[in-house]
Amino acid sequence: MGMTIAEKIIAAAAGVDHVKPGDIHTVNLDRLMSNDGTTHLTVDMYHNKLTKPRIADPDKLVFIVDHNVPADNPKTAAAQKKMRDFAREHQIDFWEGKGVCHQIMMENYVCPGELIFGADSHTCTYGALGAFGTGVGCTDFLYGMVTGTSWVLVPESVKFNLEGKLPDGVYPRDLMLTIIGQIGANGCNYQVMEFGGEGAKILSVNDRMVLCNLSVEAGAKTGIFEADEIALEYLEERGRKPKAVYKSDPDAVYAREYTIDLSVIEPVIARPDFVDDVVPAKELCGIKIDEAFLGSCNNGRIEELRIGAGIIKGKKVADSVRFLVVPASLEVYKQALKEGLIDIFMESGAIVMNPNCSVCWGSCQGVIGENEVLISTGTRNFKGRAGHPSSKVYLGSAATVTASAITGEITLA
Amino acid sequence: MPSGAIFKFHNDLDTDQIIGSQYLLLPDLEEMKIYTFESLDPDFPKKVKAGDYVVGEENFGCGSSREQAPGVLKALGVEAVIAKSFARIFFRNAINIGLPVIVCKELPDEVNTGDVMELSLSDGVVRAKGKEYACTKLPEYMQNILNQGGLIASLNKED
Repeated sequence: MGMTIAEKIIAAAAGVDHVKPGDIHTVNLDRLMSNDGTTHLTVDMYHNKLTKPRIADPDKLVFIVDHNVPADNPKTAAAQKKMRDFAREHQIDFWEGKGVCHQIMMENYVCPGELIFGADSHTCTYGALGAFGTGVGCTDFLYGMVTGTSWVLVPESVKFNLEGKLPDGVYPRDLMLTIIGQIGANGCNYQVMEFGGEGAKILSVNDRMVLCNLSVEAGAKTGIFEADEIALEYLEERGRKPKAVYKSDPDAVYAREYTIDLSVIEPVIARPDFVDDVVPAKELCGIKIDEAFLGSCNNGRIEELRIGAGIIKGKKVADSVRFLVVPASLEVYKQALKEGLIDIFMESGAIVMNPNCSVCWGSCQGVIGENEVLISTGTRNFKGRAGHPSSKVYLGSAATVTASAITGEITLA
Repeated sequence: MPSGAIFKFHNDLDTDQIIGSQYLLLPDLEEMKIYTFESLDPDFPKKVKAGDYVVGEENFGCGSSREQAPGVLKALGVEAVIAKSFARIFFRNAINIGLPVIVCKELPDEVNTGDVMELSLSDGVVRAKGKEYACTKLPEYMQNILNQGGLIASLNKED
């Protein structure tokens, strides 16, 4: 019986020839990432709960401060200081203020064929480069940090065959929200979403990141693409080499297969308070907004900033709206500066912020108040996700978000 | 068999509702736990007693990987979480910290907040309102982690 890409990565990490869904294996981890959302708790457990505190291999670890940066109160500052001090003491790669953790990982670390644990649910992004990235809690992270290993229940894979091309003005984010709307918030619970087909081959690494990143919103353990020439070119530009390049075998077994015609996808929005409550964007036009957010590990890269800047150039943000533009990393920010995009946003009246998670996680900059409405390129629209429990979050593409910032109501670009 | 009160929550209950983002960087679970379920039931931390149960429907604990979510439930003394299904990260985190997570397809439809239930982990059954409900057994590997009090406790034993 053949294996899928995900199964091959797990088999290699487990040091066995073959794995099948449902098996539990001990695996060697290639890399572990942790951010300021939980690392202070990990450090406390390291010092207070372990009989023999140790680190298997500091070179495999990356610590990234991205959730509440710069710190907004003394307790946050203390949590981040704990993380910073620990990283320095143990020679762990440490990033602060340079961008959202997953963007930094993709730009600097992730290699095809790797098995990566991240203490953040959107670690599934790394499948865009043919790596198996999955989100874990701080106890799993600590165990991996101490032993270099973990346990993995081999997930089933679900195949998404993408056919054709998205129409102009429709983006991978519309595609992925449409898929989540169809299969539901637990549509691929504990499974791998493997994207393939002719329509997948023409997607850029950014596009693939958009799809993989949101796979957790359908419950998936990860999303993954085959590392093809496009992925290897991205890697080579950054001076990295694959650990291994895997393709799914022709006789690999999938739990289900879907075929998706990209040419019929239209702009969509996920309504509050569930990511799978997805409707055509045109049905929601006219809903008043208080804030718009262009950013996040899902949709804050140069491609989306170009889309937004193209729409808002020469126009103004509505008086009633705060429009937050947050490049996903310093690399993205500098590129946007070079291309004049930051000037365009600033002249429109947008608030351009430092690279970080921002209002996507709802506990730092841009938090919204009672009954306020946000339209966002962030990852989630759960109740109170962006601030007050009565506030509402709509998720749309960079184009829909920017067009809405100009009019002050949900608007199609 | 220990009995406790049920606190019931909705389908696709996400971890943001269990503990909001703004509390995650507080120093420890003791400071965080007073905000548990703040958006849905702000009095939950005062009402819940050690040995009580949280019951959910499908996809309980979806969303963020924040381990603080099962962490605050355990810190408040919640005995176990019972749901029709769990989101995978919450499920794994709960086992890793030694908080029992029980898959039971029928019970959630037949109970409400305030009902009393009993759980026998070893028999894999839940009793409520005079009825017995079968639960799905954990794979042995995960049951062992739970039995040892969580992943770190099991690591310390190996060490």
